[in-house]
Amino acid sequence: MASDNRPLSPHLQIYKPQFTSVLSILHRITGVALALGTLLLVYWLMAAAAGPDRFAQAQGLIGSIVGRLLLFGWSFALFYHLLNGIRHLFWDAGKGFELKTAFISGWLVVAGAVLFTLIAWILAYSVMGGV
Amino acid sequence: MADKGGLRSPLARASGLGPAKNGVGHWWAQRVTAVALVPLVIWFVASIVLLSNCSYERFTAWIGSPLPAVLTILLIVATFHHAQLGLQVVIEDYVHREGTKLAGIVLVKLAAFALGTAAVFSVLKIAFGG
Repeated sequence: MASDNRPLSPHLQIYKPQFTSVLSILHRITGVALALGTLLLVYWLMAAAAGPDRFAQAQGLIGSIVGRLLLFGWSFALFYHLLNGIRHLFWDAGKGFELKTAFISGWLVVAGAVLFTLIAWILAYSVMGGV
Repeated sequence: MADKGGLRSPLARASGLGPAKNGVGHWWAQRVTAVALVPLVIWFVASIVLLSNCSYERFTAWIGSPLPAVLTILLIVATFHHAQLGLQVVIEDYVHREGTKLAGIVLVKLAAFALGTAAVFSVLKIAFGG
């Protein structure tokens, strides 16, 4: 086919990753991860509806080392997606497109996600009497 | 837009749906659910953190009381609607075989309905003391 000779735009791996583009794909990755994470939420709610034994089983699973690591990752993904989603809503309103603003808001999102994740976990451990 | 000499038919222009065939409905629903999820997620995470490792009785008493039950159900509905809209776009962007793409999207939509229903039912069962 003649169209095979048409010039292609460069593939994604040609471009040097930039802070803003990394944050952009991270929004998508965290979104997919959170969608998978809903499986755990549904399992947890169903366990609670099934009765005390099932709930204790679910709490044990979520409270295990692996469960806590997953939950830690998901909590960061949640805060990141939440804050970056708010950043997207500002863009949807036509605000914050200047390069400098986009970088500042990007750093605010990353810093906020780390901060909120740490606060949530410190609070959770203090509620459990661990801190 | 002054699209008088465009290639699109008058009907296509009037319906305003564009090549994706669903116009701004998808985009708009994604934003509306996003806005709803901001307060709901913050409320839910804060509540769950404060209920860390609590007893079965305390958790079911909390989630079964009217306000938390209603807010949790709203959270579930908004979450699964938002998630299936987002996953649909991800599939449309990366899966290019028409059959696989369609199957993926159908699977995502059905799974969202099933999981959402299971979660809402669980909350109602706890709330009505099942």
